[in-house]
Amino acid sequence: MATSHTTEAVNLPSAVQERQRRAKFRRNMFYLALLAVGLVAPFVAYPVFLMKILCFALFACAFNLLLGYAGLLSFGHAAFLATGGYVTGYLLASYPGLTPELGILAGTAMATLLGALFGVLSIRRQGIYFAMVTLALAQLMFFVFVQSSFTGGEDGLHGVPRGSLFGVIDISSNLAMYYFVFAVFVFGFAVIQRTVHSPFGQVLKAIRENEPRAISLGYNVDAYKLLAFVLSAALAGLAGSTKTVVFQLASLTDAHWHMSGEVILMTLLGGVGTLLGPLMGAGLVVSLQHLLAQSPLGNWVSVILGIIFVVCVLSFRSGIIGELSKMYRKNFK
Amino acid sequence: MRADEVTKGPVLETRGLTKEFRGFTAVDNVNLQVQEGHIHALIGPNGAGKTTVFNLLTKFLPPTRGEILYRGQPITSKKSNEIAQLGLVRSFQISAVFAHMTALENVRVALQRQLGTSFHFWKSEKSLDHLNDRALALLEEVGLREYADTLTVEMPYGRKRALEVATTLALDPSMMLLDEPTQGMGAEDVDRIVALIKRVSQGRTVLMVEHNLSVVSRLCDRITVLARGAVLAEGDYDSVSRNPLVREAYMGSEAAEEASA
Repeated sequence: MATSHTTEAVNLPSAVQERQRRAKFRRNMFYLALLAVGLVAPFVAYPVFLMKILCFALFACAFNLLLGYAGLLSFGHAAFLATGGYVTGYLLASYPGLTPELGILAGTAMATLLGALFGVLSIRRQGIYFAMVTLALAQLMFFVFVQSSFTGGEDGLHGVPRGSLFGVIDISSNLAMYYFVFAVFVFGFAVIQRTVHSPFGQVLKAIRENEPRAISLGYNVDAYKLLAFVLSAALAGLAGSTKTVVFQLASLTDAHWHMSGEVILMTLLGGVGTLLGPLMGAGLVVSLQHLLAQSPLGNWVSVILGIIFVVCVLSFRSGIIGELSKMYRKNFK
Repeated sequence: MRADEVTKGPVLETRGLTKEFRGFTAVDNVNLQVQEGHIHALIGPNGAGKTTVFNLLTKFLPPTRGEILYRGQPITSKKSNEIAQLGLVRSFQISAVFAHMTALENVRVALQRQLGTSFHFWKSEKSLDHLNDRALALLEEVGLREYADTLTVEMPYGRKRALEVATTLALDPSMMLLDEPTQGMGAEDVDRIVALIKRVSQGRTVLMVEHNLSVVSRLCDRITVLARGAVLAEGDYDSVSRNPLVREAYMGSEAAEEASA
């Protein structure tokens, strides 16, 4: 269906069409290769480690949808990750009959609602004011999580049961769990990919490129930004919910503003506004934390990440994937 | 509904339009009437408040006082995007294009609003492909057909302004507000844009801010001169250019011209 569409609708010069078709083919092949890597990975590396990367990658992808494609810098995304995590953790721990996918769905739904609320309160603010409002709201949520009884306060929630997917597929083994997490990630990634390349994505891009012009074309830009914000919050919540099922715990670490900072770091390091950047960034940051934690430099994790961040912002602003694709375009096109 | 209202009065009218910024009055009690089908120019020395009037008309700034009527209906309380949806579409002083989109995509973004699928994040971009023909036709109209696949950021300045016109035309506006459409252009580009404005103004009303008086004399049916935020004179080109008050307001440049002549 896709091919018939392009041939009849566009009467662009055929060379351009041919180039686009080939680029699309290459892109599809690349994603297929990535998919294969993802499927084989748990036999090469420790699945729990990979699941951690995937959860944070999804979180970073969600954040990137907002920063990279809507141009909005949220400094409160930890709130959505934590909300997803706590709601899922609480439900699964309290209601043994509940299957994990329903728990995740509920956590995601709650994060989505919170995203809508945050969005309505913050979306009219521009630039740094938007970041400050989101930070303030997230700190408010942190306070709520500390004080509430359902979150376990300072202790957090432990021993959340993984249970059986749809009540039939046992995901207590790490390998089975991995494939579920991988499926969730692929789903989240596909949603983002589609959103970016949708009619909505086109308007979002126009708003990011020139907001006054988008307004003068009759678009209610606040409504578009709000939808992007809610989508991003929903996917961040999905990441948090999934993470809780993987590690069987939910804690204040996820709600802390450090987490909101970390996701910014991951996204910028990997390449903001690129689809694969957040995956790369999350992989790098999680791996570094993992490696450093076992080395004598363990106490220096934040310092080292900080230095990397500064170097990244100063010398390669478009991030690893951004720089790579620039290089590719320069040399191979 | 439109047709019978047309004959009754001006398309766009302001009554006592005023904008104050902390005690400074940028626009002072402006009563403007733009007639259907006219190309109406808003001229005046730097700082006269021309662009502020534009921003007020399109609600990019809220007026301090006064009323704006479009086809007899008050639009003072409407939002910028709602005004655009009424068919009153503005351009900007600096070229307003979507730089990292192709020329075709620039026009298509304007066209896609009518589809009503602009919030559909689950649909493929391909659902917009059937707009490509219309977008290409619009590019053709402004002489940019061969730029369809060029990223806008790579286009020459004059072409960007033409693209802006194509994007505006995509909305099929009944009235266009052009803010200095020839600003910063070489003579050749100016001629091209003047011809373009003349052509696309058929069946439309145009209100434009313009510094270049030769452009104004070639295009405009009616001219309003602003000075220090207030209307100084109004009329056709000949009567305005003979008006001693206008000559005085422009004296710096007039005197220089006479000295060199």
